[in-house]
Amino acid sequence: MRLGLVIDLDTCVGCHACAVACKEWNTSGTTGALTDYHPYGAEPSGVWFNRIRHFELGDYPHNKTINFPMSCMHCENAECVTVCPTGASYKRAEDGIVLVDQNKCMGCNYCSWACPYGARELDRASGTMKKCTLCVDRIYDMEIPEEERQPACVLTCPAHARMFGDFDDPESPVSRAVRERGGYELMPELNYQPSNKYLPPRPTRPIPTENLKKRGIRQVKDWIHQAVTR
Amino acid sequence: MHPALAVIFLTLFSGGGFGLMALTALVNDFQIDGGLNPLQTMIALIISMAFVSIGLLSSTAHLANPKNAWRAFTRWRTSWLAREGVFAVMYYPFAFLYLVWVFFTGGTHDAIGLILANLAAIIGLITIFCQGMIYAVLRTMRQWNTPLVPANFYAMGLAIGATWLAAIQQLTTGQPDPALIGIAAALLVATGVLKGIYYFWISRPGGPTIRTATGFNRFSVRILDQGHTFGTFLTEEFGHQLPPAKAKSIKILMYLIAIILPLALLAIALWGQVAALAVLAALLVLTGFGVERWLFFIEAQHVVNLYHGRQQC
Repeated sequence: MRLGLVIDLDTCVGCHACAVACKEWNTSGTTGALTDYHPYGAEPSGVWFNRIRHFELGDYPHNKTINFPMSCMHCENAECVTVCPTGASYKRAEDGIVLVDQNKCMGCNYCSWACPYGARELDRASGTMKKCTLCVDRIYDMEIPEEERQPACVLTCPAHARMFGDFDDPESPVSRAVRERGGYELMPELNYQPSNKYLPPRPTRPIPTENLKKRGIRQVKDWIHQAVTR
Repeated sequence: MHPALAVIFLTLFSGGGFGLMALTALVNDFQIDGGLNPLQTMIALIISMAFVSIGLLSSTAHLANPKNAWRAFTRWRTSWLAREGVFAVMYYPFAFLYLVWVFFTGGTHDAIGLILANLAAIIGLITIFCQGMIYAVLRTMRQWNTPLVPANFYAMGLAIGATWLAAIQQLTTGQPDPALIGIAAALLVATGVLKGIYYFWISRPGGPTIRTATGFNRFSVRILDQGHTFGTFLTEEFGHQLPPAKAKSIKILMYLIAIILPLALLAIALWGQVAALAVLAALLVLTGFGVERWLFFIEAQHVVNLYHGRQQC
């Protein structure tokens, strides 16, 4: 199994609900708490597993806003694991999830240096590195209904811009989405082979306006525009 | 990168300590200008071990959870950081036994003495390589991901060792030793040249861009919002930058303190027979390479900055 996420950049509305749901679930989960520093102060900061950035593509008038959620990519070639001197960072053989053993981490930050995607954040309160667990304490929970055995971010996304599944199964919804929509990985040149994939925005055709039937008032306006010189 | 003092001290002092150990072994191996006498050898060994200890102790200050530091020796199969720890600790018994051997027998260059000295020296040199590889393996920072990094760590460690050895020699005998001063000068020049090649190398843009980071290779990409109100761990750790003009002037200052002034002082110490100047040169080399190490960290630009709006790192 190779579990991971597919992020649909076409439908993501950038609401940060995934980040909030993630924080809510994981702060009381196996790697919790996700400490906040000065949450009500002048400079609030803290540990998050999801970060959503917003980019502008292209130049006006052919520009587009892209909302860009990022979390751990659960890379096949996870250098954060190979560089870890204590063995706290590990990648599970059975499903490919990359985790940090909070009891072994010494907080040297080296894994965060090795991660190109900014997935790892040090918790200053516990002195340990924390990261997305792919809700490992939720997706295998037999006590909850099967349809809820998904990461919190996926369940909460109002735009259905997040999918969770097994990339080793070519017929899983995530594999099919990647195949059909041209899903891609970030910074492939670094060869970390991230599991998470991103679906590009769908190409959209401009809505034709030339041949629309003009209303009476519009025709009067056009006549005035031609008649009156500036 | 955040230039953390703990890591600067770790690489600077332990590199210098291992360099001093290597030079001590070399000079006694080949009996360069008669080799070091037992007193000089012991002073060199004590300074070497003190430097390595300063480095290793300050490195623990960099740990957010030092109670698990002992685990850092376990993953030497994959992690250069673990290898560095293992070899750095392996250095101590041999260096210490050589010190004890010289203290009790005065045998700086008999068979047992030389075996201990060379083992300590080789382990120290391996440790410097591991230290360089800690940074050189990271593909996330192109300024570090080059074989020039371990090469520079070697050059600087050996240059520190050579200048300190020349200073120890001149301070204990009152007479300058042309061979030791010559070795120090040659290593300083070589270090300056190597570091120059490194600066030339990293000055060329390369590596991932904001386009490959977001996957939109055919568009211009600009950040609209970083998505956080104030700094995060990522901006605190990786957000540091140095304006190019300031970087240039600090580099010139570094060359002045670490290479040019010490070379001049060594020359005056040799011709004018002033031991204090050789000591001053040794201190300046250490300070100058401290500035170099600060530059090494702050100039490394992590690719995560692309997600915070930088076009290229």
